[in-house]
Amino acid sequence: MKNVLIVATNTFREAVRDRVLYNLVFFALLMMVAAILVGQISIDIEKSVIISLGLTAISVIGLFIAVFIGVGLVSKEMDKRTLYALLAKPLERWEFLLGKYCGLLMTLSVNTAAMALGLYAALWTVKHPLAGADAYVLVAVYLILLKLALIVALAMLFSCFTTPFLAILFTAGIYVAGVFAADLRQLKVVKLEAATVKMLRVISYVLPNFENFNVMGAVAHGRPVPGLLVWNATLYAILYGAIVLAIASAVFSRRNLK
Amino acid sequence: MCVLEHSAGVRVDGGGWVLKNRGMANPAIEIEELTKEYPYGFLHLKKRLTLEGLTLQVENGEVFGFLGPNGAGKSTTIKCLMRLIFPTKGTARILGKSIEDVSMHQTIGYLPEQPYFYDYLTAAEVLDYFARFHGLTAIDRKQRVQKMLKKVGLDSAKKIQLRKYSKGMLQRVGLAQAILHDPQVVVLDEPMSGLDPLGRREVRDIILELKREGRTVLFSTHILSDAEMLCDRVGVIVGGKLRGVGAPGELVGIESQGIEILFELGTRGERPALLARATQTGERYRVQLKEQELYPALDELKFAGARILSVTQIKATLEEFFMELVEVDRAQASAVEVHGK
Amino acid sequence: MMNKTLKAVVFGVAVLGGMAGLWNVQKKIDTERQPLQLESEELMMSSGSMVKHLSLEYAPLMAAIYWTRAVQYFGEKHYLHDRNLELLWPLLDITTTLDPHLLPAYRTGSVFLSDTPPRGAGEPDLAVKLLERGIQENPEQWRLYQDLGNVYYFDKKDYPKASEAFEAGSKLPGAFLWMKIMAAKIAAEGESLETSYFLWKQIYDAANEPEIKKNAESHLRLLQVQLDCREIDRLANEYEKRAGRRATKMNELVEGGLLRGMPRDPEGYPYIFGEDGKAELNRNSPLFEEQMMQKN
Repeated sequence: MKNVLIVATNTFREAVRDRVLYNLVFFALLMMVAAILVGQISIDIEKSVIISLGLTAISVIGLFIAVFIGVGLVSKEMDKRTLYALLAKPLERWEFLLGKYCGLLMTLSVNTAAMALGLYAALWTVKHPLAGADAYVLVAVYLILLKLALIVALAMLFSCFTTPFLAILFTAGIYVAGVFAADLRQLKVVKLEAATVKMLRVISYVLPNFENFNVMGAVAHGRPVPGLLVWNATLYAILYGAIVLAIASAVFSRRNLK
Repeated sequence: MCVLEHSAGVRVDGGGWVLKNRGMANPAIEIEELTKEYPYGFLHLKKRLTLEGLTLQVENGEVFGFLGPNGAGKSTTIKCLMRLIFPTKGTARILGKSIEDVSMHQTIGYLPEQPYFYDYLTAAEVLDYFARFHGLTAIDRKQRVQKMLKKVGLDSAKKIQLRKYSKGMLQRVGLAQAILHDPQVVVLDEPMSGLDPLGRREVRDIILELKREGRTVLFSTHILSDAEMLCDRVGVIVGGKLRGVGAPGELVGIESQGIEILFELGTRGERPALLARATQTGERYRVQLKEQELYPALDELKFAGARILSVTQIKATLEEFFMELVEVDRAQASAVEVHGK
Repeated sequence: MMNKTLKAVVFGVAVLGGMAGLWNVQKKIDTERQPLQLESEELMMSSGSMVKHLSLEYAPLMAAIYWTRAVQYFGEKHYLHDRNLELLWPLLDITTTLDPHLLPAYRTGSVFLSDTPPRGAGEPDLAVKLLERGIQENPEQWRLYQDLGNVYYFDKKDYPKASEAFEAGSKLPGAFLWMKIMAAKIAAEGESLETSYFLWKQIYDAANEPEIKKNAESHLRLLQVQLDCREIDRLANEYEKRAGRRATKMNELVEGGLLRGMPRDPEGYPYIFGEDGKAELNRNSPLFEEQMMQKN
């Protein structure tokens, strides 16, 4: 396990030096502009807009980082052969994979936390003092981070056995599919055969249900998020992520490097 | 086709291989029947053998060279040893431990072909990073990293990020990380590639130093002169098969194959009869003779007032041995195609 | 070296000149295209659920965007005195589908919809539909019942339904006491000036949007006028009883001791007696025009 930490810290350092965190500048600018404009455009929903916009930005920026860098974690090392010297060390392949994962997760956590701060700053500017209900924004951010953790795992899985381009495509595709996964269970519109309905249900459980992590609607209007939901969502993310990473490890462990 | 013989009764010819068995007491590296198939083509139905039944032993403390043309299987063998590639058949052991045992990696060092490292780290940071996996203390690491950087001549560049390094510099970093942790066995894949003559000299020196320290060195190369200079023994791989193993001198015939005279025409302008058999380059002429023809030829040239530049023995070099094997291999391959399988 | 700086300067000037020229040409193109601009009154997607699906997880943000669009649309039409507000309902429909909890969309939206033209779209039925959806999604919001009651009372003139709405809302947590009182009053009397005034006062007091406040204020002033005139007429009748004839000038009431001073409208203009002997607005008062508009 120590090896995992070594790889993780190096991955984090690499991401920082690769100027990934510069996206925070863009985010800060976005929040500033939003805070200024929102007062002029709409009254009564200033807070709601800042929260919606902020959470959307955190989610989308995080998504880009998770997909593109997540795929690159393994692909880049295989392409550029930085991996070769590393695997000759007393390091198991799964330790390498897990280490890379944790490193990116660390980066994402730092990034997301910084953005959450920026969001609160914008909120405070627009309507201070902050109400108690504004704490739920943190819950929303935490759930977004869980979602990103899942996406990174999926990105790594795909990058273990296809080209980077396809891996990005597949990951993006699964993201969109996952957002609608819950809908598949509630198809009332079209009349389908029982067998098809059952198959769709199975698929809907296999796909990652990203709606589990989406509480933007509630939080934007200061409504509380049930603690049980947060707990279960965490459980779901851990379980699903562990399965994905296990499969990725298995695939990667048997992969012949060029 | 020359059939090479040695006093120990080794025969090597184009058809197969013979393992020279010294009855080693403690081999550092043992490879048995290593085979690697690559499926290719539509639906991966066809298979290509990049390695076929390789069996080989490297003794403790020797410098062993893997020779072969590009694509012969040298890199494949090394990558199998390092578990970057998984062999289809066969096993291998390093220092008695199976290659499947990851802990074995504590005692071996590896320099990959055309190494590349993390763009944004400096040389010192990369070496420190790699050193961490060997469980060294922070102070120990620092000392060793410093020592290595000096050894490979990168001390002045240690704070510069690797993305600014030239190929030669990267090669040196690769070498440094391979020997940083005092490995018993060092495996180098094309260590001379990308280096200028000075760099190659330095690498040769390092390899010799490793040998002096009692370590086992296995390296692959297609540069024959390096192999001749450095190796205790050489293994020649062509077409995925081991064609011969032995000391560089042994694989090549000791018999002389003739004499070569290099000369210039004299100021008198006389043209000796020998010119008919000579090849000309500019002002110089080169003629090949059998041993018994030497003295008469020298007399002829003396009378013609020619200026003798050099007289050398023609020996079969490793290169020729090599080339012949490649030719045989190609001939066999096309024969298979013509007659079908 | 001189050559280099000279070249750089020339290059820079050329680029700037090019951009200036581009700007000019663009302006010309814009004026040329004006007549070609067909007013297409259409939304690219009018299905709320389609937009919701396309928004993936970001529906609340899209809702805010659509709501902003709706407000802008309404404001623009107002400014241009354009009575055609056919896109208003689709925009509000999409907004509330994307975010069923965006209360301002229901509240302000229903006012935009139900108000008589030219102030609003004149679609009280759609306003009711919008508010009923809002109530379904936000059953604890008593203010939505207030809005519903207002629509029934003012625009649909359906007093039983109005009373029902106020009654239902009065039961919810946080509801002001007057909801229950109004429910009873409307059930008993139907429309009355006092009720109307009171309801508009509630709207005025609670409103944060300047548009809504201004609108409410305007209504309040006209109601004030009506209340004033009613009171003056009462006094005029009193005068008639005492003096035996109808007063034709306000002064007479003052001299008769029935009024303490000249009665003036909220704008400060004195009331006058009309030809029918009833009090009415001074023609010079700006409120006169407003009253005319309301009557249409």
